[in-house]
Formats: sequence, C-alpha cells, structure tokens
Amino acid sequence: MFQLINTLLIGITSGAIYALMALSIVLVWRSTRVINFAQAGQALTSTFIGFQTLKYVDSFWIALLVAMIGGAIISALIEISLMRVLLKHSSSGAIAGVAPIIATLGLLEVIQAVITLIWGGADSIITPPLSNTGFTIGTNTLVFSPMKLAIIGIVAALLILLSLIVQKTSIGLSLRAAAFSPELARLAGVRVDAVRTMGWALSGATGAVAGLLLVANGNGSFSTASIEFSLLLISGFIAAVIGGLESLLGAVIGGLALGIITAFVLMYISDSLFFIAPFVILLLVLFIRPQGILGKKGGRRA
Amino acid sequence: MTLHVENLTVHHGAIQALTQVSFDVKAGELTAVIGSNGAGKSTLLRTLSGLKSATTGTATWKGHNLLHGKAESHVRHGVAHVSEGKSVIPELSVEENLDLGALWRRNKSESAATKREVFDLFPRLEERRKQTTETLSGGERQMLAIGRALMSKPELLLLDEPSLGLAPLLVKQIFEAIVNVTKQYGLSVVLVEQNAMGALNIADSGIVLNLGSIATTGSAQALSSDPAVRAAYLGY
Amino acid sequence: MRKSSKKHSTQLSNKVRLLIFIVLGFLIYLLSNNVDELRVYQGAQVAFYVVGIASIILLTGYSGQVSLGQGALLGVGGYAAALSHLNWKLPIPLTFAVAILAAAGAGALLGIAAARLSGPYLAGATLALAVGLPSIANQFTALGGEQGLFFDVGFPPESLGEEFTQYKWFFWIASLATLIAIFWLQNVMRSRYGRTWKAIRGSEVAAELAGVNIARAKVLAFTLSAGLAGLAGALLAMTIGTVSPSAFPLALSFSLLTGAVLSGVTTLGGVMIGAVTLVALPEIVGTIVNRAGASEAVATNLPHIVMGTLLILTVVFVPNGPVEQMRSRRVKKEKSL
Repeated sequence: MFQLINTLLIGITSGAIYALMALSIVLVWRSTRVINFAQAGQALTSTFIGFQTLKYVDSFWIALLVAMIGGAIISALIEISLMRVLLKHSSSGAIAGVAPIIATLGLLEVIQAVITLIWGGADSIITPPLSNTGFTIGTNTLVFSPMKLAIIGIVAALLILLSLIVQKTSIGLSLRAAAFSPELARLAGVRVDAVRTMGWALSGATGAVAGLLLVANGNGSFSTASIEFSLLLISGFIAAVIGGLESLLGAVIGGLALGIITAFVLMYISDSLFFIAPFVILLLVLFIRPQGILGKKGGRRA
Repeated sequence: MTLHVENLTVHHGAIQALTQVSFDVKAGELTAVIGSNGAGKSTLLRTLSGLKSATTGTATWKGHNLLHGKAESHVRHGVAHVSEGKSVIPELSVEENLDLGALWRRNKSESAATKREVFDLFPRLEERRKQTTETLSGGERQMLAIGRALMSKPELLLLDEPSLGLAPLLVKQIFEAIVNVTKQYGLSVVLVEQNAMGALNIADSGIVLNLGSIATTGSAQALSSDPAVRAAYLGY
Repeated sequence: MRKSSKKHSTQLSNKVRLLIFIVLGFLIYLLSNNVDELRVYQGAQVAFYVVGIASIILLTGYSGQVSLGQGALLGVGGYAAALSHLNWKLPIPLTFAVAILAAAGAGALLGIAAARLSGPYLAGATLALAVGLPSIANQFTALGGEQGLFFDVGFPPESLGEEFTQYKWFFWIASLATLIAIFWLQNVMRSRYGRTWKAIRGSEVAAELAGVNIARAKVLAFTLSAGLAGLAGALLAMTIGTVSPSAFPLALSFSLLTGAVLSGVTTLGGVMIGAVTLVALPEIVGTIVNRAGASEAVATNLPHIVMGTLLILTVVFVPNGPVEQMRSRRVKKEKSL
C-alpha cells in the first residue's frame, strides 16, 4: 500500500517538473511555431545562474527568482537575435521546415559548451532548501518530504499564476491573439513581435524553475553531464506531445502523465528502464492518439 | 485630402498586382472600390493597412506614411482594416475579439464607452458576448469584425468585401450598418466590394479597378449610370 | 543503356563514374603511403564520417525526414559487427554485412513508425531514441554493459609487409568500404527511387497525386539510410577497437547532422566538406588554443562552440549547403546571359 502511495508521490513530483518543461516548450511553440530544443540548455544555464547567486546570497528562493529573471532575459535575447533572423531568411529549400529545429540544436551545443567553459564539467552542488527526508506515518516512511511538497506547491502556484495571466489579462489576450492569428492581431494593433518575445521570456522563466526544482528534487548535485538534464531535454518535449502541444493545460497533463507512468514503470517493472520508458511512452502516444490527450485532430503535421 | 495615394505599384513576387494606382479620399467620404476577381482590390487594402509592402509610389493618411512601418503601428494612427473572409479570431470569445481592438488604447474608460456604443449598434453581439465566434452566423461575424475595427478608434476604415457570402437580407443590414457607422463617427471609408451595386448605392465616390490599374473613377452616381460600368459590373 | 538517355547532360554515365571512383581509390592508396600515422588514422575517421553523413543526406536531404537518432543506428551496426565477430567468429567483411543488415532492419522498423510523423515530432522521437537506445546496452551483460565489447579486425596480412601499420589497415578497409558505399548510394539517388524522393521533397501533395506511395518511399529511405549508418558504425567500431554506450552518445548524432548541414544536406557532392570539418576542426581549434596558451577547458569546449555556431550560421544563411548554393548561382548566371 505504502509502495503505491510512494510511487504515486514520486511520479507526481517529477511529473510536476516535467510539466514545467513542457509548458516552456508549448509557450514557445504557440507563439512562434518552433520547437526549441535548446530549452533544456537554457534551463541548465538558469540553474547555474541560481547556483552563482547562492554564492552571494544565502536564500534558495532569492536564487530561484534571480534564475527566473535571468532565464527570461536569455530567452528573450535568443528570440530577438536568432529566431527573427531565422524566420526572415528561411523560406525555401529542402530543410526549410526543419531549419529552426537544427538551429536550436546548434544553440544547444553552444550553450552546453559555454556552461562547461564557465563552470566546469564536474558536479556543482545546490543545497535543497528543505529537507528531503520523508514524513513518517507510524513505522513507515513516505517518500513524501517537505521538499517534494514544496515542489508540487510551487508548480501549482506557477500554473495558477500563468493561467490567470494568459486568460484574464490584456497581455494574455495579446499573447493568445498573436498565437492564434498573428495577422488579425496586427490589424487590431497588437505588437505581435514584442508579444512573441514575451512568450519566449515566459518560457525561459518557466524553464529556469524546472531546472532548479529538478536539482532540489535530487541530491543537489548537477552538471552538464548529469543524466537528469539529458532526461529533461526529452521529457519536456515528450510531455508536451502527450498533452497535445496546443494548450497549456495539455502540457500540465502530459507532464503529470509522463511522471506518474514512468514512476510506476521504474518501481514495478525495472528501474533500469529509466531512459527507454519515456521513448516507449512517446511512441505509444504517437501511435494511439497522435494529437495528444487534449490536441485537436488534423493539427499534427507541423 | 486625408487619404492620398499616388502612383502605387505593388508586386506579388514577379506579378504586378497594382500598377500606378492614384486616388484620394476626403474626410468623411465613402469610396467604393469595385472590379472583378483578381483586379487587385484586396491587395490595395492590404498595402494601405501595412500587411503588404509596396514596390513604388506613395500613400499617406493625414500626412502619415502608410507604406512604411508595421501594420500595428498604422492602427495607432487611425487606420482599421477589416480583412476578407476570416476576419475574427475563432478561438476567442465575442467580447475578447472586441477587447482586442482596444488593447492599444490608453484610456480604459473611453474604450469601455466605445464597447457600449458597439453593443448598441449590434445588439446581437451583446447577447452572445461570452460565446466563442463559432456560434455566430456569417452576418454576426461581419458585425463583430466591424465592431472590433470600431474599438480601435479608427478614422480611416478599410473594408474588404463585408457582404461576401451573406444572404441578401443580411447584405442590406451590413450596408446599412456601414452607413450608420460612417456617419456616427465621421469616418473615411474605402469599401472594396464584389457587390458593385450595393457598394455604389451607399458610396459617395467610386473607383473601378481592372487588372491592377484604375479603369474609371467618379462620383458613385456617375459610375452607376455609366453604361460601360453597368454592363461590366452591374449586370445590366 | 535505356537509363542514360533520360539523364541530363550534366550527369556522367555510370561507366565514367566507376572510373572516377577507381581513380579516387588509387589516389587514396598513394596518399596513404605518404602521410604519417595520425593522418592515416584521421583519414579512417573521415571515411566513416563520410558514410554517416551520407546516410543523413539520404534521409534528411532526399526524403525530408529529420532524424536526431542516427548515432543510435550507428550503435546498432557497431554492436552487430562486434557481436557477430565475437560470437560467430565471422570474417570481417561478413561482420560489416551483418552490421548493415541489422541497422537496416532497425531502420525499417523505425521508418514505419516515422512515416506517420513529421517535422518536430519525428525529431523529438528520434532524439528520445538517441538517448535511450545506447543505455539498453548497459542493462544486458551479453552486450558488454558499460565497458562494452571488443571489436578487433586483426592485423594487416603479412603479404603487405612489415612496415604496414594497423592504422593504415583501418584506413584501407574504411576507404574501400566508403568508396563502395558512396558509389552505390549515388546509383540509388540517380535511380527512380532517388527521383521519387526528390519529388516528395518538392511537394508531397503533388507527388501523391502523381501516384507515389509516400509512406513506402519514406520507409525505404529510412531503411537504406540506416544500413549506411550501420556500416559507419562498424567502421567506427573498427577504428576505436571497441563498442560501448559511450561510443555512440547523443553528441554523435548531433555531429553527423552538423556535418550534413555543413556539406549541404540536399546533395552528395559536398559530403567531404562536412566529414573533413568534423575531424579537422577540433584539431585546428586545439592547436590555436594551445598556441594561445589558453586553458584545457577552452581547448575541450571551444570546438563545440565553433561547431554549434557554424551550424546555426549555415542553417540560417546557407541552408542548402555551399555546393547547392554555388550550383544555383551558376544556373542563375546562365539564365541571365
């Protein structure tokens, strides 16, 4: 019984983090129709920014905030410099459709190399702000710990904040309009280019939180070579696809689904399937319901 | 002259869509632009609103250069373009479509007042304010598009085939609405229409476009009595 | 021949091409006798990169499918060669054949799955494969676990003399395999299969209307491309002497894609550009860094930064590659004359 609850809790916690990554991917996809593979690299950079902040300030939460701002700025800069140039130049040719993808891959490589250059390839440590020792009920120790509770709480709060912004504010309206019909939005006076940059900035901030929470969820050590970050790279994308790529809610559902299913697979089947499980889940989704859980039919051919 | 267009030439790739088009629209004047399909009518509007770039020529609205800058900047100078066909955003609600037009405006109470005026003009929109546009009929969608344009406090209204696909009764209503709106706000209007008769009926002046160049201009009355125009576009 | 009457005047007939390849082979033979060990080893590296990049040109440039998992297919080939050599004691040419077939089989399966995906979805799925597949080897001791397996092609035959080094032997084997593979690939690309892929690349809708079975063509491209990747994997295994998960990391897939983009992904003509860049760049950068006296960290990371930047610049400004760019410029000049 307790194993079931434990597995579920582990799944929800990692699922929450995947949901954040998926969110940042969907935010960029919705605003510029590009899958930003460099997103995980950006999240890692933001994590290092947080790490650097912790050298001057003792609070994890301040570091989180600084990382979010840093992530947003980096993302916005990338959009302004790289993406706009790309969209202007890419018109024809065999790889026109995938040129942005390849560009983001190149960017990922550059980011990883720059990080290793600045901070080195060995493990860096960020001490999680809360304890990761599980609560005890009777003689059983749950995996659930104050840290995990905090992670779920933070993600939930972020999600509520994000939906409020997107659904209820003028900025959110511009974001949605620019994503649905950029031309009509322009005719209504919306500064579509600035709005796109904002979409990227939001994505960068979300990615930063995902990166830091990922580290806090583990034992606090991380580096460019960490397995966790390789996983972050693909799990964000897979979660986004599972959810349907079209909606923020879908990203959340996709993330949670991926987290929970993977946790159960690892616990009950074999824990060496760490890397293969997400891939298999992705394949299953693409075969059974290609538009994802919340996606609309016919929107699959990007 | 508030809208001044001189020797406007626009290309679609290698094809010349508009050739040396020149005309003026006075303040408060409703100009109809008629012509067959492919004559360049939509291209004209898209160039004036900033969606398409011109090759050569000039176009200014109250001195502001329309050929330079992005479409969204022209909105801030009073230009509103209701495009042909898909003119509302289906994923947003009726009210959100309207609010979109007023987003750039600083004065929120003035925007609220405009919204009130739009709802008074088009009561059916108020009934359906929270619904998505999928529940709207073709006529209601056109009204919403015009309403959205009004929300951006326009002085120059560019309308691209507002009667397209509407039943005759609705066509009459839309044209009446256009007349009301033009008078109420003192707008200058460029009305592109396939429905040449309906357009000339409500217009002050008219332009006939043929294969990208101006074939004839004149007052709406003169054009509708012109035998050549009648034969080609009015069907009799 | 019936085929040659359909060709443009700019294309060479098969006999002429065969002759060119034989001459190339001879030149390579001469070259290998006159350069030092390091260059010969690098030559072998260039060879398997050529095959690997060619496989991506076939897959991405010709049939328009972006795969980020080519490295995994190289792994399949490498492991197949090593396993067949260790367990069945097959002679080397047969191990290569096994590598090609195994990878092609995997490619066929992947291709069937991939035919339903496009653009970013395919890219993401293959990315997941690139990360996931090598880790499978960690799980099974039969696959050697993390240390991997040995793949020893043996010493050069005594008939070549005592001076003939191991690396030169690698180079010869790799070059021969590469020449044969590229010649074969060129044939395929000039055949009706190649024309079919080009038609799909131009416009999928038009091709379908013309009666092309798109899914079948795509799966075929995937299979053939995977076979080539398998060969490249076997060659790679030969040059490093082992197969292990760390020999086929995600970075390999990225490198191959980079090389393909630098070469010009739509045509086979520039394939050497990418392969040579992949091998030469780290060394050039390393030399510059050492001369400048910068740290070890810079030496390891600067090549990646340069590669990544090159990739971005190429894909933005020269998306079809330098060779295609020059060709279209020549065509434009001819048209304006």
